Amino acid sequence: MTQTIDTKTVKHVAFLVRLGISEEEAQKFSGQFSSIIDYFNMLNEVDTENVPPASDIANAENVLREDEVKPSMSREEFLKNAPQSERGYVKVPTVLGDE
Amino acid sequence: MELTQLSIREAHNLLTTKKISSVELTQAMLDRIHEVDKKVKSYVTVTDDLALEQAKQADERIAKGENVTPLTGIPFSMKDCISTRGVRTTCSSKILENYVPQYNATVTNKLAEAGAVLLGKTNMDEFGMGSSCENSAFFNTHNPWDLERVPGGSSGGSAAAMSASLATFTIGEDTGGSVRMPAGFCNVTGIKPTYGRVSRYGLIALVSSFDSIGPMTRDAYDCATVLEHIAGHDPHDSTTYQLPVPNYTKDINKPVKGMKLGIPKEYFVAGMEAGVESALQEAIRQFEKLGMEIHEVSLPHTKYALPVYYLLLFAEASANLARMDGTRFGLSVSENAKDVIDIYLQTRREGFGEEVKRRIMLGAYALSAGYYDAYYLKAQKVRTLLRRDFETALASCDLLLAPTCPTTAFKLGEKTSDPLEMYLSDIYVVATNPAGVPALALPCGFSKDMPVGMQLIGKHLDESTLFQVAHAYQQVTDWHKQLPPI
Repeated sequence: MTQTIDTKTVKHVAFLVRLGISEEEAQKFSGQFSSIIDYFNMLNEVDTENVPPASDIANAENVLREDEVKPSMSREEFLKNAPQSERGYVKVPTVLGDE
Repeated sequence: MELTQLSIREAHNLLTTKKISSVELTQAMLDRIHEVDKKVKSYVTVTDDLALEQAKQADERIAKGENVTPLTGIPFSMKDCISTRGVRTTCSSKILENYVPQYNATVTNKLAEAGAVLLGKTNMDEFGMGSSCENSAFFNTHNPWDLERVPGGSSGGSAAAMSASLATFTIGEDTGGSVRMPAGFCNVTGIKPTYGRVSRYGLIALVSSFDSIGPMTRDAYDCATVLEHIAGHDPHDSTTYQLPVPNYTKDINKPVKGMKLGIPKEYFVAGMEAGVESALQEAIRQFEKLGMEIHEVSLPHTKYALPVYYLLLFAEASANLARMDGTRFGLSVSENAKDVIDIYLQTRREGFGEEVKRRIMLGAYALSAGYYDAYYLKAQKVRTLLRRDFETALASCDLLLAPTCPTTAFKLGEKTSDPLEMYLSDIYVVATNPAGVPALALPCGFSKDMPVGMQLIGKHLDESTLFQVAHAYQQVTDWHKQLPPI
């Protein structure tokens, strides 16, 4: 089964992962994705009837702890890496606009 | 005596008998880095001042005889995906080029507590995505054995630095062969421990269910020494085992006679370079001479390991890298951004390299509605079969032997145009990570003057057996002692 991933699909997934891409990039990725996904289709040969999906590596038990307040990084320290901040908050442009 | 070529235990003996100081050893390393690394390009950041300060503190510790560990005063380097407080941690990506963490990874803390001396951070494929170090956003790292060849990846900088004697040990990280494949290419010993043996806290995640931090060293004994110091339970990483860490070095001389070594037939097939194949066959004869029993075993789903590995990587990586969005840390491209989405789109477009873009898009594709069952879920089911393969093979054997790569190090630029061909160079190392089992890579010969690596694969949490067998092999061979002409 050969599956082609067209440029429209490439642009769609690029937006899903919040990645700006150009028309040329979309074309290049379209060809590459088709051959990579085609290679992955070999998994269809494997009979996985009644095989559970792997959900953990080794530690099967859930790990719980008390929900205690402990000192953590200060706000000032945290904001050292923030590109823009104001009055102790990370600053970004409009998230929910009214335009 | 060449200070830069000492093993950890040789350096430790000289330090504790006061024949050398950590400041001398550290200065010798820094001098060599500034001279030789112009050609190798293994370091992204060299921390001269910090290293000398830490070395001075280590010397004071040794002088007082207080709290001296086998790593006190020993200079090392760290793959640049492991957080170091106050020292730039880039993942060799433009998006983190100027990122300075405000906290240490647990591994960084443990090494600092042991008194080890940080020389700097080493180059890698961007976010660990690659097999040659050519996906670093900054520069290529060169293989010290032949500067026109790649060091392997993604821990290529760590492997090259170790190989070229630019650190007494290095810390790598293995998501799907990223310690073992470059170890093989550069003639270094390195381990991918059992998943959950070493804390991932502060490791910038690629695939959270595969990532394993592991040391790269001159030999198995040094590897065991470092793992003893970095392994163990961490309340900050709930996937770490609560179990105590064994004393790997104490047990390393235990006899290997009578142990059962499995040879997976699916790993010895057409496509392997002749010199790699003959080096592996010679190693098998050597293990036989050590009194081990050799058995052919089967890992029937081997050919599906690569698609399972890459599909799950794409999916997990696309989620893990969502945090690189230009709002809280790292690069931020906000010119003319009318809303926050524009910052995401622009920052990620400029900040990520091509391979990263390819993989996160493929991850979103494999997870998207209509394809989830066919790709992600199917891969997780086949992953169960891969794990069962190892469980079955390791039920009748103590450990398995496999090559680390079908070829020796390839030329720079040889595989960059075809992503799928690059993925195929990982064919022997990827299966262990979805299965979670430990694997140790070590040198086993040369093919056309380039190093050949092999790996020993063990049962969950049975690193001890891997160290014992590798150590026994290194007592009767000297491949690991060969140094590159640089």
